[in-house]
Amino acid sequence: MNAPLQSCRHCGEPVTAMSPAAPDFCCAGCAGAYELLGEMGLTSYYNRRAIDPKVRALRPDEEEVANFDFTELASTDNEGHHHLNLMVDGIHCAACVWLIETLLQRNSAVIQARVNMTTRRLRLSWQGEVADIEDIIRPVMQMGYRLIPFDPAALEQATTSRNKELLRCLAVAGFAAGNVMLLSVSVWAGYFQGMGGATRDLFHWISALIALPAAAYAGLPFYRSAIGAIRNRRVNMDVPISLGVILALGMSLAQTIRGEPHAYFDSAITLLFFLLIGRYLDGRARGQARSAAEHLLSLNARSITVIEPDGTRRLIAPQKATPGMIVLAAAGERIGIDGTVIEGQSDIDTSIITGESIPVLTRPGTTVFAGTTNISAPLRIEVTATGGNTLLSEIVRLMENAEQGRARYVAIADRVAKAYAPVVHTLSLATFIGWWLIGGIGWQDALMNAIAVLIITCPCALALAVPVVQVIATGRLLRAGILVKSATALERLTKITGIIFDKTGTLTTGKPELVGQPPEDKLMLAAGMAANSNHPLSRALVRAAGNVTPQANVSEQAGLGLMMQGPAGPIRLGSRTFCDIAENADVPSDITGPELWLAEPGVAPTRFVFRDTMRSDAPDVVETLRKRGFDMTLLSGDRESTVRQLAQTLGIPNWQARMSPTDKANHIQTRSDDGKHDLMVGDGINDAPALAAAHASMSPATAAEISQNAADIVFQGDRLGAVIEAIDVARKADRLVRQNFALSFAYNVITIPLAVSGFVTPLFAAIAMSSSSLIVIANALRLHVKSGKPEGVDIKPATELSQQAGT
Amino acid sequence: MSNLLLLIPIALFLGLLGLGAFLWSLRSGQFDDMEGAANRILFDDDDVKPSGNSKKFHQDES
Repeated sequence: MNAPLQSCRHCGEPVTAMSPAAPDFCCAGCAGAYELLGEMGLTSYYNRRAIDPKVRALRPDEEEVANFDFTELASTDNEGHHHLNLMVDGIHCAACVWLIETLLQRNSAVIQARVNMTTRRLRLSWQGEVADIEDIIRPVMQMGYRLIPFDPAALEQATTSRNKELLRCLAVAGFAAGNVMLLSVSVWAGYFQGMGGATRDLFHWISALIALPAAAYAGLPFYRSAIGAIRNRRVNMDVPISLGVILALGMSLAQTIRGEPHAYFDSAITLLFFLLIGRYLDGRARGQARSAAEHLLSLNARSITVIEPDGTRRLIAPQKATPGMIVLAAAGERIGIDGTVIEGQSDIDTSIITGESIPVLTRPGTTVFAGTTNISAPLRIEVTATGGNTLLSEIVRLMENAEQGRARYVAIADRVAKAYAPVVHTLSLATFIGWWLIGGIGWQDALMNAIAVLIITCPCALALAVPVVQVIATGRLLRAGILVKSATALERLTKITGIIFDKTGTLTTGKPELVGQPPEDKLMLAAGMAANSNHPLSRALVRAAGNVTPQANVSEQAGLGLMMQGPAGPIRLGSRTFCDIAENADVPSDITGPELWLAEPGVAPTRFVFRDTMRSDAPDVVETLRKRGFDMTLLSGDRESTVRQLAQTLGIPNWQARMSPTDKANHIQTRSDDGKHDLMVGDGINDAPALAAAHASMSPATAAEISQNAADIVFQGDRLGAVIEAIDVARKADRLVRQNFALSFAYNVITIPLAVSGFVTPLFAAIAMSSSSLIVIANALRLHVKSGKPEGVDIKPATELSQQAGT
Repeated sequence: MSNLLLLIPIALFLGLLGLGAFLWSLRSGQFDDMEGAANRILFDDDDVKPSGNSKKFHQDES
């Protein structure tokens, strides 16, 4: 490839000689954006911003401009102000936030424009007409940002409000813990300095006044979950927690009333405080991963263009289409509905449904499915199926059947709680009966000792053991662009023995690349013609040629090829039939794959062969995984020759081609019935049932929406190394969780005998509880420390990825 | 002992004040965008039109 002349002044992408606005800009859109900022006096943006290489470059001309009906989701309040929530794609840094807000606020109709940098969402309020919105946001779109309207009510509101509730509880518990501890320290000091009984009782009463209402409020998340579990006749970690807290408070209140020296208000409320910290961080980490995943999905959302009987065009959401509607699919656009082509001829990229890497020719009468991409020419499609009749909903049904197995998985913390709770409660009961009947003390004192057992074993460390590790593990993966969506995904990932890969889009990039070395002059001629087309093969030619000057006067015949008038007659670039080459024309055909022919009058035709290339680190990843003893399988919907070739290149022993979505899911089901645990990595709609059936599943961020929803983990970027990274972190996390359990059991082994024998005082309980929690947290923090040996392949430096963490 | 009767209510009052301030800031959406809040302090105000925008900073969606 030829070296680029320089970087574009607007988007920072390399400028090549073929750029229409060379040498300063890569495209006309960038030049326009730069000029607009100049007119508005906002060029200081260029000095402030820091381009993030992981975020899409700000190229206004790139891809199709997504068309949305922006008015549809706008709401209007009593004062006549309109509000709209939008996802923003292309935010690189704080300067982008500033630029977007400033551009919008320059418009006098705008009342409020505020970008949330963490979630990359924009809330816009304006006055005047609802329809003005398109004029208001146009300058932002011209900068190259993409704006996608969304309905906040439909998006993870439950998670957000739950996290806010946890934070409120945390604040209350923190306040109470601080103040009660202040009083408790005085009481403890009083043991040694001879505090009077009246003062101690006063302090206990004040503590009770603070701790009881605070625990009643801050403990709600635990009580609710515990009651829910008991109703379903299960035991989870929240049952012993709630019981411990309530009994400790009740006993302390009784002690206070009786004027006894020992009260455990501080232990109970500190326990809640610690646990809420763990729970809040856990919820936030998963919330971040989920909101990043939702952001990715919304970027793929598209409206469809409906042509009314009177010829007018209207944008609607794909769900609102009804059979019989005529939908226009522009070249390069993703088709949003299932239907039959009624007009136009084009190539359709069906790889997301079938795994087939070569575009399929469509003519009037061909059936097309939602999720496929129209490549070369506009099509008019009549909607044939909606709702429950589409291919997509068929896949959803398959997925739901497949998912049932996974729902049975019980998290390790709950398994531990199930074993732990009966033991502790029996022990406490035994202590009570023992002291009362055998020890011969009053039932009140026996009850005190029994409750002390419950308090001292109260699973503070135990309940923190899992969430703290989870928070750190998900955070670390999030920074590497790996979004862990499911709470038990990492646990399940450690049980994996086999890995099943999909081919197109997973092991490969899904983009064809030119194979071999055609003659330089032919390549330049062909690439010059191809620069006029959107077809993936044309794009591959242009990429292979590097610096290309587009040829003028090229006409495209959709689904066939390109034609240009040369000095000696028409020059054709296209399929074999288009270039009039006999089916059995003599070609050295050891390479198979999609092909293009270049036919010039009077010259032997040139053949260009393409192949769907592997992700650059795929061989390393497969090699590493094989060395670790994983049993790997390649399942693809593509043709046998292509699949065999890739499997052999990568050294994957088991492969199957021409698999339907059901075949894939059944394959995994059969293996799991044999007791094997598989990780499925796939991206297509056809992989979704398999992703749901597998013990754990991953899918790239380029995957179909339904697959990203089905997958436990979504990874961004081009590297397949994310699979190894995720497995590594999961295994480390698992090790740390087990160590944490061991630590808290060790602590219980030491303290339980003391509690049973009645030696425990509130001071002792406080020290034991906080020290065990701190040890568990410190142990979990070791996950942050990267071990010396390089793990996996090509782990990206943290600096490059820091921006990802914020999404 | 009488100083205790004064100091404990004062300590509790100050604590409650802090708790109230935190709950208020949580409700008004100041914890919704931690990353943005960290960066906003660095924006220059010269370019933003001055027409009473200061109120906007607490009206985030919640």
